[in-house]
Amino acid sequence: MAFEYAPAPQSRAIVDIAPSYGLFIDGEFVEGTSGELRKTISPASEEVLAEYTQAGAEDVDRAVRAARRAFPAWSALPGAERAKYLFRIARIVQERSRELAVLETLDNGKPIRETRDFDLPTVAAHFFYYAGWADKLPYAGFGPDPRPLGVAGQIIPWNFPLMMLAWKIAPALATGNTVVLKPAETTPLSALFFADVCRQAGLPRGVVNIVTGDGATGRALVEHPDINKIAFTGSTAVGKGIARAVAGTDRRLSLELGGKAANVVFDDAPIDQAVEGIVTGIFFNQGHVCCAGSRLLVQESVAEEVLESLKRRMATLRVGDPLDKNTDIGAINSAEQLARIRALADTGEAEGAERWSPACELPGSGFWFAPTLFTGVTQAHRIAREEIFGPVLSVLTFRTPAEAVEKANNTPYGLSAGVWTEKGSRILWMADRLRAGVVWANTFNRFDPSSPFGGYKESGYGREGGRHGLEAYLDV
Amino acid sequence: MPTVPAYGPDAAGRLAEMADVTASDSALRRFLHGLPGVDAVGLQARAAALGTRSIKTSAKAYALDLAISMIDLTTLEGADTPGKVRALSAKGVRPDPTDPTAPSVAAICVYPDMVPVARKALDGTGVKVASVATAFPSGRAGLPVKLADTAEAVSAGADEIDMVIDRGAFLAGRYREVFETIEAVKAACRRPDGTSAHLKVIFETGELSTYDNVRRASWLAMLAGADFIKTSTGKVAVNATPPVTLLMLEAVRDFHAATGVRVGLKPAGGIRTAKDAIKYLVLVNETAGEAWLTADWFRFGASSLLNDLLMQRQKLSTGRYSGPDYVTVD
Repeated sequence: MAFEYAPAPQSRAIVDIAPSYGLFIDGEFVEGTSGELRKTISPASEEVLAEYTQAGAEDVDRAVRAARRAFPAWSALPGAERAKYLFRIARIVQERSRELAVLETLDNGKPIRETRDFDLPTVAAHFFYYAGWADKLPYAGFGPDPRPLGVAGQIIPWNFPLMMLAWKIAPALATGNTVVLKPAETTPLSALFFADVCRQAGLPRGVVNIVTGDGATGRALVEHPDINKIAFTGSTAVGKGIARAVAGTDRRLSLELGGKAANVVFDDAPIDQAVEGIVTGIFFNQGHVCCAGSRLLVQESVAEEVLESLKRRMATLRVGDPLDKNTDIGAINSAEQLARIRALADTGEAEGAERWSPACELPGSGFWFAPTLFTGVTQAHRIAREEIFGPVLSVLTFRTPAEAVEKANNTPYGLSAGVWTEKGSRILWMADRLRAGVVWANTFNRFDPSSPFGGYKESGYGREGGRHGLEAYLDV
Repeated sequence: MPTVPAYGPDAAGRLAEMADVTASDSALRRFLHGLPGVDAVGLQARAAALGTRSIKTSAKAYALDLAISMIDLTTLEGADTPGKVRALSAKGVRPDPTDPTAPSVAAICVYPDMVPVARKALDGTGVKVASVATAFPSGRAGLPVKLADTAEAVSAGADEIDMVIDRGAFLAGRYREVFETIEAVKAACRRPDGTSAHLKVIFETGELSTYDNVRRASWLAMLAGADFIKTSTGKVAVNATPPVTLLMLEAVRDFHAATGVRVGLKPAGGIRTAKDAIKYLVLVNETAGEAWLTADWFRFGASSLLNDLLMQRQKLSTGRYSGPDYVTVD
């Protein structure tokens, strides 16, 4: 008899989703001017979770004006006072972490194991970390009295909704800015719940404003004349558009865009852990990760052994109900994203790469894509060049370290890379040559608030996290 | 390549095919040091991640009974008496007197001089007699003493022998010496009728200290003919841990893939709760796979674990915790 894990669903009773949400402006929820509502669904079941407001240009203007009004008092507060609010937010996030984890899993489709063990702890850690900086800014290396920029417009993606919010809001508030944040159109709920966390923490009105909506809302925010800073995380195409929109103005801009990271496995790697790292690199969060290790570069002398182990490991991945505590891979975030992943995977086959997926049953409703491996991929294939943003791994081989570097760098992106070898000197040699903002050695997709994150080339500019992350919100 | 059990007659032939890597000290060293390294952080992270599996209802019932059936119920004390061993044997045969559906344990594990007592108590029950041997737990004795210790236990009726390796020799790099000792003890497990007691080889992973050493010791023992590899004696500060067990599961899995020989695994020491035992079963399930999920290929070396499993079993069937006075103390 086999050891079949019985369903272990996380109860959703802990989260109370309202039928409809307004915009969070100047410390309270208000209706949008046009009255237009959108629906947000659970990608695992296509069930409508709630309606939310499509903010128009007038609503964005109201939010920016509220943030502007709040700015003088907020930026004049002693750093230690701002820190108190941030510490309070961090603690409330911890206290409400189970509720927020369930909410995020419902709205995003990612497994509860990840929201519970990764997203929420990282969110709280980020607020704790930047709370600690608020009264130490003179020692951050940006002069004796670094000043905030003013009102920051922040646009975040759907892959880590609350975590991206934390990466944006925590450093902005610690440095004395006020913010208007727009969450992604498919995942607005955790940002709206965060608005409630701000109220609970007693944060002064207008310091944090949340406007929801689609790309038009984002555009209104980017083009608003009274914004001092735009911070955007998302696709390279939209990022380029934003860069064009702010060109010629005095608005600051930081961009965290796409990636096509190489995960480089040498023949002297710790193979079992490398296989885990490959799996974490590409299948974590359904591959909806800008720094995903979507190109596996494996030394030809161990390629067969590594691929065999990888396939065996992939066969144990549990795909299904994101609320089940034993689920490893949840739902694709939207029908649109699923269509894009399917289209790119099909070009992989059409261009001659060999496609493999473990036998796995996918649920009937919702958006699903089985973990997929392509072998026989070359640098010329689209699946080796374009960001798929899904659970699809392209496998290429190399012969020498120099060839590994050359292939790893041969991409318009440069967000992250991984190196697997037991040889310390080779790790350092590789790290010196890889053109990527983050290089992981014998691990992948590890994040810490104290470590700066950001890209080279078309992966964007500016850094988030760490002391470096303060610079994006200071007038230096 | 068809699978053969490590204790079967065909395993020797498979191992003979690997003889070139064990032929000399230098060949064996090159082979063991050529095994892939272990990244400690990654190994521990994987073990911890598998520890978050949520095993409920029917899966839990299955796991609890499976875990009970895999226990080598152990007493290895200077104060062991025939009375103690008889009581433990009775407990092993019928762990829950109030519930005949509770399975028996796999074996009763004792010192060699207690084997006759256990043998008598367990005859006809299906529960095996396991005996530690080879100057357990330190292994600090000459080879003749170790072999005599083994032979005595086998002739007294032990079904299984749990030997210890000489950690001093291993740490000094004398791999061939450790290899030859295991081979010699395996030979001493043979009975006059041609059958053999099954041999479990204990590494004392807490003393080997590094994960690389544990992987090397695993391959060394399997190449020398171990039927089971076992983490610990239970007599040192660090005993079985989930990462070490995960690593040894990878070793038996890889050895099977390379040779077709299936070797068993026994974590021992420090596994006290049902929750821990279930985590180990998850490690087995998702690393070596289903084929190892039987008492033939996976054992727990434990004593207090059994009562916690029984209490959880009662809780699952009645919905209530009954408390320690509703399981027997032996």
